[in-house]
Amino acid sequence: MKNEPKITPELVAAHGLKPDEYERILKLIGREPTFTELGIFSAMWNEHCSYKSSRIHLRGLPTKAPWVIQGPGENAGVIDIGDGQAVVFKMESHNHPSYIEPYQGATTGVGGILRDVFTMGARPIACLNALSFGAPEHAKTRHLVSGVVAGVGGYGNSFGVPTVGGQVRFHTRYDGNILVNAMAVGLADADKIFYAAASGVNMPIVYLGSKTGRDGIHGASMASAEFDDKSEEKRPTVQVGDPFAEKLLLEACLEIMEKGCVIAIQDMGAAGLTCSAVEMGAKGDLGVDLDLDAVPTRETGMSAYEMMLSESQERMLMVLKPEKEKEAEAIFKKWGLDFAVVGYTTPSKRFVVKHGGDVMADLPIKELGDEAPLYDRPHVPSAALPVVHAREVMAPMGVGSALEKLIGTPDMCSKRWVWEQYDHVILGNTMQRPGGDAAVVRVQDGPKGLALTVDVTPRYCEADPFEGGKQAVAEAWRNITAVGGKPLAITDNLNFGNPERPEIMGQFVGCLKGISEACRTLDFPVVSGNVSLYNETNGRAILPTPSIGGVGLLDDFTKSASLAFKAEGEAILLIGETHGWLGQSVYLRDICGREEGAPPPVDLAAEKRNGDCVRGMIHAGTATAVHDLSDGGLLIALAEMAMASGIGAKLLAAPTSLVSQAYWFGEDQARYLVTVPETEAGRVLAKMRGCEVPCVRIGTTGGDAIAIAGEAPVTIDKLRTSFERWLPEYMGGKAA
Amino acid sequence: MKAAILVFPGINRDRDMARALRLISGSEPAMVWHAETSLPAGTDLVVVPGGFSYGDYLRCGAIAARAPVMDAVRDYAAKGGLVLGVCNGFQILCESGLLPGVLMRNAQLKFICRDVHLRVERSDTPFTRGYNAGQVIRVPVAHGEGNYEADEETIQRLEGEGRVLYRYCSAEGVVDEAANINGAAHSIAGIVNDKGNVLGMMPHPENHVEDIMGCTDGRGLFAGLAQHLEKAA
Repeated sequence: MKNEPKITPELVAAHGLKPDEYERILKLIGREPTFTELGIFSAMWNEHCSYKSSRIHLRGLPTKAPWVIQGPGENAGVIDIGDGQAVVFKMESHNHPSYIEPYQGATTGVGGILRDVFTMGARPIACLNALSFGAPEHAKTRHLVSGVVAGVGGYGNSFGVPTVGGQVRFHTRYDGNILVNAMAVGLADADKIFYAAASGVNMPIVYLGSKTGRDGIHGASMASAEFDDKSEEKRPTVQVGDPFAEKLLLEACLEIMEKGCVIAIQDMGAAGLTCSAVEMGAKGDLGVDLDLDAVPTRETGMSAYEMMLSESQERMLMVLKPEKEKEAEAIFKKWGLDFAVVGYTTPSKRFVVKHGGDVMADLPIKELGDEAPLYDRPHVPSAALPVVHAREVMAPMGVGSALEKLIGTPDMCSKRWVWEQYDHVILGNTMQRPGGDAAVVRVQDGPKGLALTVDVTPRYCEADPFEGGKQAVAEAWRNITAVGGKPLAITDNLNFGNPERPEIMGQFVGCLKGISEACRTLDFPVVSGNVSLYNETNGRAILPTPSIGGVGLLDDFTKSASLAFKAEGEAILLIGETHGWLGQSVYLRDICGREEGAPPPVDLAAEKRNGDCVRGMIHAGTATAVHDLSDGGLLIALAEMAMASGIGAKLLAAPTSLVSQAYWFGEDQARYLVTVPETEAGRVLAKMRGCEVPCVRIGTTGGDAIAIAGEAPVTIDKLRTSFERWLPEYMGGKAA
Repeated sequence: MKAAILVFPGINRDRDMARALRLISGSEPAMVWHAETSLPAGTDLVVVPGGFSYGDYLRCGAIAARAPVMDAVRDYAAKGGLVLGVCNGFQILCESGLLPGVLMRNAQLKFICRDVHLRVERSDTPFTRGYNAGQVIRVPVAHGEGNYEADEETIQRLEGEGRVLYRYCSAEGVVDEAANINGAAHSIAGIVNDKGNVLGMMPHPENHVEDIMGCTDGRGLFAGLAQHLEKAA
């Protein structure tokens, strides 16, 4: 091949292909690959695109339910919400690029996930995200928070989708490898979902959207390698986002879909033109002939190799109905977007790439995906950690002081500084804004609504991958339940370290088992997801972080619950069993300085029983305020309910059977706080006993403080000051 | 009401605005593409909605100000037609010369989305007749460039002629720097042109018109406009 470098073992290694993987290529095609072909293989066979380490384990995830229209394997998952409507959603990571160039890394993360959703024919109606940063005192953290938040907002705000919820955490284990997980949710007609599989021979393949440049070449390969001190040098592999182009692409795509022009559609995400063209052909049992001379380029002199591996953003590949091609072209021209026929489907099942009259690649199209390496990597289970007994935990300060301190720590404090940079009200459907258990977004003009959340507790996953995996799913389920939603399905974004290390692979396998078990018991299937491995720098891995994005349905969004107390003099009920579990609690970590012990076990049967009961109370209109208990336990949840309303609470003392700090700050699972009018309290308690749901009255709303019998009260003003102070001060350069 | 909503590529609060107008006036607004050279016959209100027209590249509103449809809007305004610009719409009206001044980056250099309070400075205009003078309303802002600035002479004229219709204030109606969300000169949130028929404002009244949003303070603006147009007809 003219002007292409010679294939050497060094070149193969530089493409992230192991010697045995290269042998596999030689065997598959029966000759030495061209340089362009080597690039194509490296794009298709890297961890990010091929899931070679994870595929074998992902098979165990429950993915089916009567309401699932499309499970994993397409651009996004699709669920039926009745009335001919479907919700399309997925979460995906953009970790490595965001560490190297936080603004652009985050924007293209958001852009990519939005594209996945509207590629399937859905109009995006909400975004969420889960962000994990290094320790606040780490030199790069402030810069990364600032850039990532600006990037997430910069893209979503301009594109015009509300960012309604998410998580932000800080931990030293993310110092060299932050996590940016972005989730998008869209609404479509259930009978108008679009897929990637091409059909029909000799059909024109059309390229739409922005032009192709040299940005992002090898982005997917970068996402499949560990970081080291030289990672900064990988900056050119980060793509640049253009939310304006994406907004145009959205409107143009939805318009040509509406007009019935589209047979198949695939966005160009990781590994760009290569991945999208191969996917369209392979899924449709067809070959693809691409003519790169027709590809709209932004720069002159791009080689076939560069064009095939470019990850320029805001691009789509489609197969159009030939009789509708002119109509589609007119729509794209109206929106000012490029439109070019760049190839045809063929009966050959070969992937043929031509450039300047030469054939630069000629490969078997199915095998590019199907014959990718598949590894059952060795894995060892994490060692079980001892249970921390509450009686052995000394309280360094009083309950009130601990509350005031804890509510102001980096993980527990208000994330207002973050979500106020996201337009969370655009489209006029955000019924519950950020800061609650789950966001509630109205579906068109109602009365239906969606409950949306993202959750995971990485320190639990590290301490016990199985229980941590269960807990992540259970908490997402609980968040949706706490606003009155019926949990329907999840998307999982699995962030782990280097899978070639058995202990990391053990975390992955353990978490997946936990996720599977929780999904099965809670009837909460996985419909889409993404795996991000090699999240480590200089040999230190991140905390295992399987982010769970949950979607639930409210038949009538006006019957949802929120966490703010509604009136003085209402009864506060605690639902679920409290044992005072302090192991891996934020109290133990941030008040006692001990990050240790086994995390709280998750009783899925109790989760289901308690949650179903709470949802019933919301629908019956009995519950006036609802909040699920998680990080920081009972007292943190109470404080959040008080701060959201300005109404305090008078609380009974901790039961004598429990250590006080363990009662107030323990993180036992499957628990909720619910308020009911005083007149209803007796009836509700009796009813709960009848359902065998543990429920006790712990106090009454009212006053301007959290006042525990026998303890000094803490005013809401004081709590709010502590809650709102840390993040703005930190970002302003004051605190560490 | 026969409202026309301008749609430039990159505009994204067009649907929010259309819903608000539909809910309050009962009639469906026309959506007018930026490449059009005329407005629909009988248009009695032109709305330039929020968003990121042309990506806000170059400078917010600068490219939209030069779109074909804006010549028609300038003619329409010159004849006394009512024009309402919200957020990016305000920026576009400034860039197109229909309003004085410019919207600079927020003082804190960040995009900001939150509910703010506005003091309605007078109630004897088509854009404020749905409110009482001195009334405090709560509506969201969502912008990165809402910091209104103009030369001192222009500001003095605006103030002297009573053309500042909306000002950022506290919940109690106090106008001070603490409540000045983006650092705007004189806490200006919305102004009219010298003839009083063109309003530009940064906040989004269209996002606070439904009971179920927990606040309907934005209704007054649209209801007042509808009343004004009904009377005129």
